[in-house]
Amino acid sequence: MPIIAIPALIRNLTDGEDSVTVEGTTIREVLNNLENQYPGTKEKLCDGDRIHPSISVYINGVLTRVAMHDRVDADAELHFLPAISGGVSS
Amino acid sequence: MSETKEYKVIGTRPIRHDGVDKVTGRAIYGADFQITGLLHGRVLRSPHAHARIVSIDTSRAEAYPGVKGVVTAQDLPAAEDKMADLGEGAVNLKYLCDNILASDKALYKGHALAAVAAASPHIAEEACELIDVEYELLPPVLEVREAMEPDAPILHENLTTSSLGDTEDKPTNIASHLQHKKGDIEKGFDEADIVIERGFVTGTVHQGYIEPHNATAHYNQDGQLTVWCSTQGAFTVREQLAEILQYPVSKIKVVPLEIGGGFGGKINVYIKPVAALLAKKTGKPVKVLMNRADVFEGTGPTPASYITIKMGAKKDGKITAAQTSLAFEAGAYPGSPVGAGAMCVFAPYNIENVLIDGYDVVVNKPKSAPYRAPGATNAAFGTETVIDELAEELDIDPLELRLMNGAKEGDRRPDGPVYPRIGFIETLEAAKEHPHYASSNGKKYHGRGIASGFWFNIGLESSVTINVNPDGTINLVEGSTDIGGTRASIAMQAAEVLGIPAESVNPTVVDTNSIGYTAVTGGSRTTYATGYAAYEAAQDVVRQMKARAAKLWEVDEDNVQFADGEFSSINGKEEQMSFRDLSGKLSQTGGPVVGRATMDPAGAGGAFATHVVDVEVDVETGKVEILRYTATQDAGKAIHPSYVEGQIQGGVVQGIGWALNEEYIYNAEGEMTNASFLDYRMPTCLDLPMIDAVIVEVPNPGHPYGVRGVGEVPIVPPPAAIANAIYDAIGIRMTELPMSPDRLLKAMGKI
Repeated sequence: MPIIAIPALIRNLTDGEDSVTVEGTTIREVLNNLENQYPGTKEKLCDGDRIHPSISVYINGVLTRVAMHDRVDADAELHFLPAISGGVSS
Repeated sequence: MSETKEYKVIGTRPIRHDGVDKVTGRAIYGADFQITGLLHGRVLRSPHAHARIVSIDTSRAEAYPGVKGVVTAQDLPAAEDKMADLGEGAVNLKYLCDNILASDKALYKGHALAAVAAASPHIAEEACELIDVEYELLPPVLEVREAMEPDAPILHENLTTSSLGDTEDKPTNIASHLQHKKGDIEKGFDEADIVIERGFVTGTVHQGYIEPHNATAHYNQDGQLTVWCSTQGAFTVREQLAEILQYPVSKIKVVPLEIGGGFGGKINVYIKPVAALLAKKTGKPVKVLMNRADVFEGTGPTPASYITIKMGAKKDGKITAAQTSLAFEAGAYPGSPVGAGAMCVFAPYNIENVLIDGYDVVVNKPKSAPYRAPGATNAAFGTETVIDELAEELDIDPLELRLMNGAKEGDRRPDGPVYPRIGFIETLEAAKEHPHYASSNGKKYHGRGIASGFWFNIGLESSVTINVNPDGTINLVEGSTDIGGTRASIAMQAAEVLGIPAESVNPTVVDTNSIGYTAVTGGSRTTYATGYAAYEAAQDVVRQMKARAAKLWEVDEDNVQFADGEFSSINGKEEQMSFRDLSGKLSQTGGPVVGRATMDPAGAGGAFATHVVDVEVDVETGKVEILRYTATQDAGKAIHPSYVEGQIQGGVVQGIGWALNEEYIYNAEGEMTNASFLDYRMPTCLDLPMIDAVIVEVPNPGHPYGVRGVGEVPIVPPPAAIANAIYDAIGIRMTELPMSPDRLLKAMGKI
């Protein structure tokens, strides 16, 4: 199952866990299942039905511009970090 | 020092394609641009750092002979207090618009309030003085720690602290708080035999590009808006104009002219929407130019900051814990690069226990803008100085301490992700093996310093098309502004694929109607991502031309191969034809060949650098002389080594300026008192030795030639390296930038 690293500021929503495993084959499924396991987490990472534009997703250590429908490998490790783009941080 | 294979074009040093136009003065920059019926615009700016705008009366200016139109924030579409997605991240639309023309408050000296279009620039300037503005003066807050105090003057009454979705109720200047946590920070410090904690201050610094901002705008009768300008990204200008003017993207064309430097400072728009408003109001094309004072006072510097660094290590040199608090000045509106600073601050090291807190804080200064590895230089000044102090306390060579703790492939970054193949250790080893490091530097008041740095680099969207000419040359069309020689570095990647000389490629940077979406030239992305697109577009050309060869030779396409610029048949027929010869037969085999590619590549590959500097301190005057400077950097694969060296040298020079001289000097009223290049002291060639740039090549697995971006990381280590060298020279730790003569004299107790 994909591993989601939980950002430090929302670990209060995951009982202090810094990473959790969640079922899902797409970003949307993974985030929905994260929300089911740990209510309140998805809204911190998403803006409606998209990744929040101020957040970047790293998959297996690589900054990857993903959409909710993109597929995720079963052994993927996902990090949600502040977006850095064009020399700009937001 | 290379792990990569040999190429025919890549790694060579051809003359840049735009070189002749630039050295002969024929290249067209924004200030050169002319069009029939052109009017000239000037901007009125606030003389106050913090004031409520009670009223703006433009009637006297409008009546002035020669004036054709005056605009204020009232001419902008009403901006909502909502987030707009510009593809480069989310921005608050009201903040974005208010920074173009202030609507209710002037938040820094130089804040644009109104603009005039007139028959001449002089009339426009004179008319600006006839605009009557009534202010209610408010106390300014100019320093990040003061701005964070509970009783500080508030810039935005509706601003509360955002903390990953959570917001507080109370108005504050702290726009956001972020945090990264790894391991157990208390356990890490408990394990340490030595703990060092220091505070660091960095000044407000400008990118200092030589060409001021400029824009010429014109509305056709059919409503088509065209803007000719200097920018790092024509498409991001188009996006920002569409949001600010509430105008369809399809009706905006942005034409990028040549650019005289940007370094991140020409991504945000300032006078482009103003030129558009004036053009709309007057029905004429309007050119707006900034002067140098406008640039300093009205455009984004990089933020000042206050940073605390606490690090612990065992006697054997292993760093067990690292903690930081980074408070960055965003300027008048939220959006400092504290996020990037927080991700870079300990990135070169593999540390088990880390706690990072970052704060984005508004102050009465121009809204900060990106500047070469934004946030990373501030952060590294703190970290690399403490690393140096740890090395001294532990009696370990500072390079060895970095080698012992340096991050490698498979290590986990402090902010979480695991590193792919990176070349930090290789930059340290290159510095260690360099003759500079082995040389003597034992004279009195001479010192040597070392520091390292990291920058992410990014990918983002790029588009390239290639048109094959009948003489075997190609026209390569791209959308990336060429700031540092990227026409050449992109052209060379296509040439390598096609087996033709770099000189057989004609690269052209075109407007937003003429190429697919291309993100900004920034984030050290252009040679990586647009180069990758050029590689793929050239592969598309090869595929199509194989089909043409197959048609000529009456063989199956699968029986045509391409290598070293030659097409040949396999499986039977002995046919062979060069790329050039086949290019001459396209009209007989189906017509033109156009290759195309659009990319949004992941895997930009981070960049590391390690610098060694020797200084001499004049203890009578406080002046620091740079005696020798060596910069090692992982470039992945240097496409055009001269331009990689140029980027390294340029970054180092800017870092030296940041370290020793450059800063916005404010008086108590919030007025910048040194808004000219005479008083804002940037280093020149007379101040510096030759910078020895050492290219290390650890190929990036995320690019077909192994490219990593190179433009930003060289600015990261210099301030810390120089601070460490000053300590080695006179035994005093400098913790405030710039380390100008007066600060050194104070630190030495001489004034």
